[in-house]
Amino acid sequence: MQYGTTTMTLTKADLADMLFDKVGLNKREAKDMVEAFFEEIRLSLADGDVVKLSGFGNFQLRDKPQRPGRNPKTGEEIPISARRVVTFHASQKLKGLVEIHYAKHQQRRSDQ
Amino acid sequence: MTKSELIAKLAERYPQLVAKDAELAVKTILDAMAKSLAQGQRIEIRGFGSFDLNYRPPRVGRNPKSGSKVEVPEKFVPHFKAGKELRERVDELM
Repeated sequence: MQYGTTTMTLTKADLADMLFDKVGLNKREAKDMVEAFFEEIRLSLADGDVVKLSGFGNFQLRDKPQRPGRNPKTGEEIPISARRVVTFHASQKLKGLVEIHYAKHQQRRSDQ
Repeated sequence: MTKSELIAKLAERYPQLVAKDAELAVKTILDAMAKSLAQGQRIEIRGFGSFDLNYRPPRVGRNPKSGSKVEVPEKFVPHFKAGKELRERVDELM
């Protein structure tokens, strides 16, 4: 982690707790719902279909051609095969939220 | 797939829930993730990936319309790294 006000990390268990608190799902349903949420996104991407979550961001796919690589240990040249990778583009809203946080952090630093 | 399509798929998976619950669940998850990043807290979803903040140092940019120089202050931007399972599954058809 490069930056944060806390060293804690948000995990699936935290999200399930929030569904239990805010949506009123039971513990089992909450855990399954979080799993299904990410599974549906994986299914869509695995199917070659981009995922657009308005207000949060888009998960897109990029096809990368084969390129030359090297085994860092032996120095041996090995081609890196063509592959499809996932990229995430945060929405303007999410970028804005992150910048506001940064501005507050700067303010706190200068107050100290 | 859009957010409303995702909500519809989750509602289909859980016929015992009201459709509104699927909508609230998606909203709750996305809000929590956005809030977490906005507080500088990283997100780690096993089998899916992780979200972090990347530092962008201050730079001198240009107004593309007028060509004049503008100071762009330092900032943090969200960054996603796909996890092993997601990486492997999107690459399977290649």
